[in-house]
Amino acid sequence: MIGAGAKAGPTDVPGRRRRAPRSLAKQDARIAYAFVAPALLVVLVVVAVPIVWNIALSFQDLRLIELQDFNFLSTDVSLDNYRRVTSGGFRELLLRTFVYAIAGTSVALLLGLWAALVVRKAFPGQRLVRGLLLFPYVVPVVAAALLWRTMLNPQYGIINSWLEGLGGQPVNFLLQRDGELFGIKVPMAFTVVVLFEGWRSFPFAFLFILARLQAMPQELGEAAIVDGATPLQRFRHLVMPELKAVFATIFLLRFIWTFNAFDEVYLLTAGAAGTELVSIEVVNWLFGRLNVGAAAALSIVLAATLAITLAVYFKWFYPKESLA
Amino acid sequence: MNRNLVEQRVLVVAKWASLAFFVFITAFPLVYMIALSFKDIGKILQEPSNFLPSWDELSGFETYRSVLRSDSEGGYGFVKFIKNSAIVALATVIITVTLGTLAAYAAARLNFFGKRQISAIIVLVYLFPAIVLAIPLFVVFSRIGLRDSLAGLSIVYLAQTIPVALYMLRTYFETVPKEIEEAAMADGCGRLAVIRRVTLPLSAPAIASVSLYVFMIAWNEFLFAFLFLQAERDRWTLPLGLQQLDTAEVAKTVLMAGSVIISVPIIILFFVAERFLTEGLTAGGVKG
Repeated sequence: MIGAGAKAGPTDVPGRRRRAPRSLAKQDARIAYAFVAPALLVVLVVVAVPIVWNIALSFQDLRLIELQDFNFLSTDVSLDNYRRVTSGGFRELLLRTFVYAIAGTSVALLLGLWAALVVRKAFPGQRLVRGLLLFPYVVPVVAAALLWRTMLNPQYGIINSWLEGLGGQPVNFLLQRDGELFGIKVPMAFTVVVLFEGWRSFPFAFLFILARLQAMPQELGEAAIVDGATPLQRFRHLVMPELKAVFATIFLLRFIWTFNAFDEVYLLTAGAAGTELVSIEVVNWLFGRLNVGAAAALSIVLAATLAITLAVYFKWFYPKESLA
Repeated sequence: MNRNLVEQRVLVVAKWASLAFFVFITAFPLVYMIALSFKDIGKILQEPSNFLPSWDELSGFETYRSVLRSDSEGGYGFVKFIKNSAIVALATVIITVTLGTLAAYAAARLNFFGKRQISAIIVLVYLFPAIVLAIPLFVVFSRIGLRDSLAGLSIVYLAQTIPVALYMLRTYFETVPKEIEEAAMADGCGRLAVIRRVTLPLSAPAIASVSLYVFMIAWNEFLFAFLFLQAERDRWTLPLGLQQLDTAEVAKTVLMAGSVIISVPIIILFFVAERFLTEGLTAGGVKG
């Protein structure tokens, strides 16, 4: 949705501008403010102001039961909340959140690329397949998570019944911290939540990559065929360079969303068995330990970490030509 | 046989195998969900691999009846949840599309001081983590008594959907040729008349796809419903109801019926308008 290189249209070419009467421009500006004001007001009230409140909350000692007599302007501030939420297993928590976001995004990107390459050329039933591939992305997350929980259930889940059919033991995929997949030791529950995230969001990558592939000029590929380039050579030297910009954009967007995501993992495991993420811990501070101040502090830490990560990404890793 | 030919043959096989893989990982879960939603839980426990329902199970609609029946009649009260979700989603769509269209038009077409900054702020919000807003909104809405109301929930959804609508519609409005509007203005239409008679009719498909997308966001949303409404069973939305009922006491087949109920409107909308939607989704990403 964020344009990968949407070029500015040829609007406002100097010299071509109509000699509009001054009053029209003024009238336009008045209309513009009237048009923008309601949207801006909602965004300010529900987003900008709460961000400021959140910072205030994070420096104060506030329990869930004291909500009614809380004063936002209290001067009784301290860093206790920050100390509290960054002690203990915080480093591991943060690292896990990073690994989750990067792995989930990578799985989604690779599956999306693979699917786009497969569906690119017309074949009978192409539209149906394309629609079907969007199912994981459009199905409500609650239903998708329930579905996976049911399929992975150790007693009656279909996956385990297939495993047993192949002579394996039932696996409690979502409650088992460590496990073995094809003889390799893996963090079982964590792998499942990463795969779930990849499954759910690959259609997003698929749509973008497919659109980019279909917008590529045909002549280039045809010329390469005439020159004797094999399919893999064409993929490496023609297709991949074209996709660099769209990859960077998808990776950026999906990383931001996955890094902050709460629903997917909470609904699958509620953070059990080595799948705890920062966002889940925020809600645990609120509803589990009833400590509103600490929850606010941890959410600020999450946002700050993301901001720093993005700054680094933009400075050193983001390809310049893909700037939106 | 040269390399070209080998690659071509291998790739044909790989392509169909890949296609089968993708159809499997998307269609199988869908089929499994629907099949299990009709199934008798006792039979599934006995024989998990036989998940396709028999004719009797299919025609009985037992799970659907119990999931829809109100809780006073021993069911799970999903009719109520459907109503709540529909109210919240429709209110969000109507308000978001109205405000979003106005703001997007201004951002795409009109010149005013602060234009770039204002649209940048609104689009940035789109990337802003919801979890950071969750705590302060929870506190303030509790204080002013909005927390356990559907209106409060809709207000939060507006803040999440207006940026999306603004972004998608602005991109679309920029593709409507300026000359058409200028021609209408030369014919004596004022700015508002141009918008109503020219721009909006031309943008109907884009507005439809944005409405759909916003409906999906509001209908599927879980985090804020979970934070705000947990204590108020009467106001649970469908996603919250489904999550709250996912306990050991409730048969998974009943929950699958609930999952089908929550997914059906989305899937229908999606198939009806798949083209609009995919075009709307990627409109910004494919130019240039």
